[in-house]
Amino acid sequence: MAATLLRLATAGSVDDGKSTLVGRLLHDTKSVLSDQLAAVERVSRDRGLTAADLALLTDGLRAEREQGITIDVAYRYFATANRSFVLADCPGHVQYTRNTVTGSSTADVVVLLVDARKGVLEQTRRHLAVTALLRVPHVVVAVNKIDLVDFSQEVYERVEAEVRAVARELGVVDATTIPVSALDGDNIAERSERTPWYAGPSLLELLEALPPSDDPAHESFRLPVQLVIRPQGAARDEAHRDYRGYAGQVASGVVRVGDEVVALPSGRRTTVVGIDLGERSLDEAFAPQSVTLRLADEIDISRGDVIAAAADAPVPTQDIEAVVCWLGDAPLRPAQRLLLKHGSRTVQTAVRSLNGALDLDNLHAVPADSLSLNDIGLVTLRLAAPLPVENYSVSRRGGSFLLIDAHDGRTVAAGMVGATLPSGAPAPTEPEGDEEWEI
Amino acid sequence: MTTTTNVTAAQAISTTGDEGATGLAAHRSGDDSDDRRLSQLDALEAEAILVIREMAGELERPALLFSGGKDSVVMLHLATKAFWPAPIPFPVLHVDTGHNFPEVLAYRDETVERLGLRLVVASVQDYIDDGRLRERADGTRNPLQTLPLLDAINDNRFDGVFGGGRRDEEKARAKERIVSLRDEFGQWDPKNQRPELWNLFNPRHRPGEHVRVFPISNWTEVDIWRYIDREDIPLAPLYYAHEREVFRRDGMWLAVGPVSQPRDDEPVETRLVRYRTVGDMSCTGAVESPARTNAEIALEVAASTLTERGATRADDRISEAAMEDRKKEGYF
Ligand SMILES: Nc1nc2c(ncn2[C@@H]2O[C@H](COP(=O)(O)OP(=O)(O)OP(=O)(O)O)[C@@H](O)[C@H]2O)c(=O)[nH]1
Ligand SMILES: [Mg+2]
Repeated sequence: MAATLLRLATAGSVDDGKSTLVGRLLHDTKSVLSDQLAAVERVSRDRGLTAADLALLTDGLRAEREQGITIDVAYRYFATANRSFVLADCPGHVQYTRNTVTGSSTADVVVLLVDARKGVLEQTRRHLAVTALLRVPHVVVAVNKIDLVDFSQEVYERVEAEVRAVARELGVVDATTIPVSALDGDNIAERSERTPWYAGPSLLELLEALPPSDDPAHESFRLPVQLVIRPQGAARDEAHRDYRGYAGQVASGVVRVGDEVVALPSGRRTTVVGIDLGERSLDEAFAPQSVTLRLADEIDISRGDVIAAAADAPVPTQDIEAVVCWLGDAPLRPAQRLLLKHGSRTVQTAVRSLNGALDLDNLHAVPADSLSLNDIGLVTLRLAAPLPVENYSVSRRGGSFLLIDAHDGRTVAAGMVGATLPSGAPAPTEPEGDEEWEI
Repeated sequence: MTTTTNVTAAQAISTTGDEGATGLAAHRSGDDSDDRRLSQLDALEAEAILVIREMAGELERPALLFSGGKDSVVMLHLATKAFWPAPIPFPVLHVDTGHNFPEVLAYRDETVERLGLRLVVASVQDYIDDGRLRERADGTRNPLQTLPLLDAINDNRFDGVFGGGRRDEEKARAKERIVSLRDEFGQWDPKNQRPELWNLFNPRHRPGEHVRVFPISNWTEVDIWRYIDREDIPLAPLYYAHEREVFRRDGMWLAVGPVSQPRDDEPVETRLVRYRTVGDMSCTGAVESPARTNAEIALEVAASTLTERGATRADDRISEAAMEDRKKEGYF
């Protein structure tokens, strides 16, 4: 079978070495082409550096290069024998947290960097909290700049313990830690001889060995309808004059010809009689394929509706509790009206109540009367129309939504239905340590 | 100025369905344990179709940039799949530099005809003729495309434009969102981009603003060739190895043509070449290559030590931030 795609995002405080690490990973896997490397060497030389600054491979904007920081996500690509990688190098600066949330929202794995000299900082906590909330399937903690602490096992273990404590409070239980020097390449593509006390894999080995995403057969079938396809007189082929199909991406699960499905929110049932991908007909489709379903009956289905497995369809609701990452410049306040986009439907919503915000110092919820840029809070929302939302812990696709400012169209929040904030009570220890994590 | 050739206008994609009878019950077949993981190409295809459909649903008057080059051809192929069996429900827009490879122009017209598309052309030559734009000292016209593009968007009231830009092409493109806002002057503000979360795309904007949409953001040049091979997509012939009269300039092979004449110290040779990109003929270089099939090209590209722009575009060598500056002004 062809290579599978793994999406990686970096996280961690400003200057902890995220861009350098991505550059190093690209460089040491021979994924940097000679003209790109020459350009980076030229700029580095002009700045009086003695070696190429590999962070320049991703810090491509003029303002980023002037200031030596990352402002927005850069996407880079590389492949090994059995995996293709999309690397999203995210910024560390608190001002650009929304860009880091952007990068990690689609990630299969987040690599969180911590400077060995500084340990856990506020941004480390914020990014780890966001990673936990987003339920990114895998977390790797890279304790970086190990060269600046003389490759000390003692320092590494101290930082590792500190990160693990924070991770545990936030409910992340499967984080793996690695001592690295992004600058020199220790434990990035290959294991380093300068950390003889470390017996684990290099970062690249670890990434290559990560298990692929779950088989969609274990999920319930959902397809948000993006378009109703009815060529009528415009059909390029007479045979398709009466074609009627419901186009969308399978958000979760598997659908087969013959399956009984239900349209939501109407609740009408019908049967799948055909599945098309372009002019090819399929017997089944699974997440995340983009297909068109043909149904046995001409029931009322429009863009924004969800087609779901009849046996276990979600119940549409107008009231939701959710955790939001607030990404707007103006604050969120109770009673505020906004637009909410879920799947392919956008509806009006009002903030019924703000039930708390995450205090990043103590890592638990505190009362709040507004949320400012980069705050994480728990809200109750009232929707203008019922939506078949699901719990984010059950389905990332069915439980995620955007909040949008109706006036200027900006996206102001990332929302996760049914998520909660840590209460401050010590997290229960997981009986079986198998990738279960809750926040 | 924009000229319009109307071939067909289709009102085939509706966003509302009709009332009808409820369905019959059916049984659900039992689970099997087949491996259901999409290959890389299938995952990229699914993402691109998702984006194209979502924007067709959200936007009122989108258009698709179509130059006849490989990336825009792949985008058009994906759009064909996204709406099948209905025709593509929006026009295609070509910003014509007047410095075209004749094969590419012929290919453009054939494709528009074959798919029954409406083609809108914005002509750089018209702007030069009536003085709205002036020819640059170096003669290249790629940077001159911005004004005709923005005027065409305004004149046609397009609220979204699909582009074939890929993040792996260039370091400023690497920073692009899939759905990317442009202000009322068509400008991109890379320091203040809208968050883009999960697979939820938000193209809402104020009047006068528009969005650029890049459905193949995450494709690399190799992905493009493997996909062209797999889907058997026809391309303009100059992408494949052929003999051509060329001369050496700035480390590139330029074709001898009306807008690219060799100077006295640039001897003309006949070489076996192909093009990795097609753009303004006066500054787009050919690469020496014996690759005649899609599969051979995919292998050649995978083994190449130069990026496609590094190998073929003189205009990108002007400065470190040439692309970023052009994009900020409203370039593709
Ligand atoms: N000695 C040493 N320096 C490092 C290492 N990794 C990064 N640096 C340096 O740390 C500084 C910041 O590195 P970047 O890679 O730009 O940091 P970043 O995390 O991407 O920063 P932002 O994106 O702005 O948050 C640069 O001067 C790097 O050269 C390392 O392993 N060892
Ligand atoms: Mg950085």
